[in-house]
Amino acid sequence: MIWPAVIIGSIGAYLLKLAGYVIPERVLENERLRRLTALLPVALLAALVAVQTFSVGSALQIDARIAGLAAAIVALILRAPFLVVVLVAAITAAVLRATGLSA
Amino acid sequence: MFTGASQFALVGVLGAGGGVLAAVLTALLLGARNSLYALSLRPYLRTPSAPSPWRILGRAQLTIDESTAMAIRYPEGSRQARHAFLATGLAIFVLWNIGTLIGALGAAALDDPRTLGLDAAVPAGFIALLWPRLRDRNLIALALVSAAVALALVPVLQPGLPVLSAALVAVVAERITARRSP
Repeated sequence: MIWPAVIIGSIGAYLLKLAGYVIPERVLENERLRRLTALLPVALLAALVAVQTFSVGSALQIDARIAGLAAAIVALILRAPFLVVVLVAAITAAVLRATGLSA
Repeated sequence: MFTGASQFALVGVLGAGGGVLAAVLTALLLGARNSLYALSLRPYLRTPSAPSPWRILGRAQLTIDESTAMAIRYPEGSRQARHAFLATGLAIFVLWNIGTLIGALGAAALDDPRTLGLDAAVPAGFIALLWPRLRDRNLIALALVSAAVALALVPVLQPGLPVLSAALVAVVAERITARRSP
């Protein structure tokens, strides 16, 4: 089921961009729509962070990912670039698992 | 799909056992901001003569956070704005997709991604995308409430749906801010 999602999602993401160039401006200038589109990434990304850190399928689980997330936040506070943030999190979790300190 | 947060979200929801519909909806809700980027780019990318349909189709694909941010630093309708948009969009398009290809080929060669901590890299990627958007206390509150609601729903809803619940939290948050500042 990966390719149908990739293809439908790609077409949809492209059409959203195209809509901004071809739809009459006043349709998209709706104040409520503007505010909501600004809030959606914050809400969805925060939910993705939480679910990807604390869950496995339908169960909540605490493991080395939370240490990885903490390391990522430290990297972000230190203004590290994107790739460094991701690498720091992965290395932290990998080390904790390799040393048997965490699942 | 050329819009990073949506790409990660699509894969993240599918990887967590979510269905096609939940994955696509999450990706598209995240990508909706590109419509507004395109709208605000219109005056910046304006040319003396109307652009060809092909050019608009190409611009649409290159419309992302970074190309928008670079273009709007220059005057509306200027050559620099168009060049900044095109250069940033094309450079990221090429490099991003090379990265995606390397990732796809590399992942196929892995036994257990957990050994390398790749399952911890996923939320780290999302928080790195989220971090620069937490510009004020209201947005931080929205992020915390969205995260809490999604986690509370993990045991009761099918995988993929808890993340989508954040879209409803955003709708409620929009109503609250609208009432506070009429």
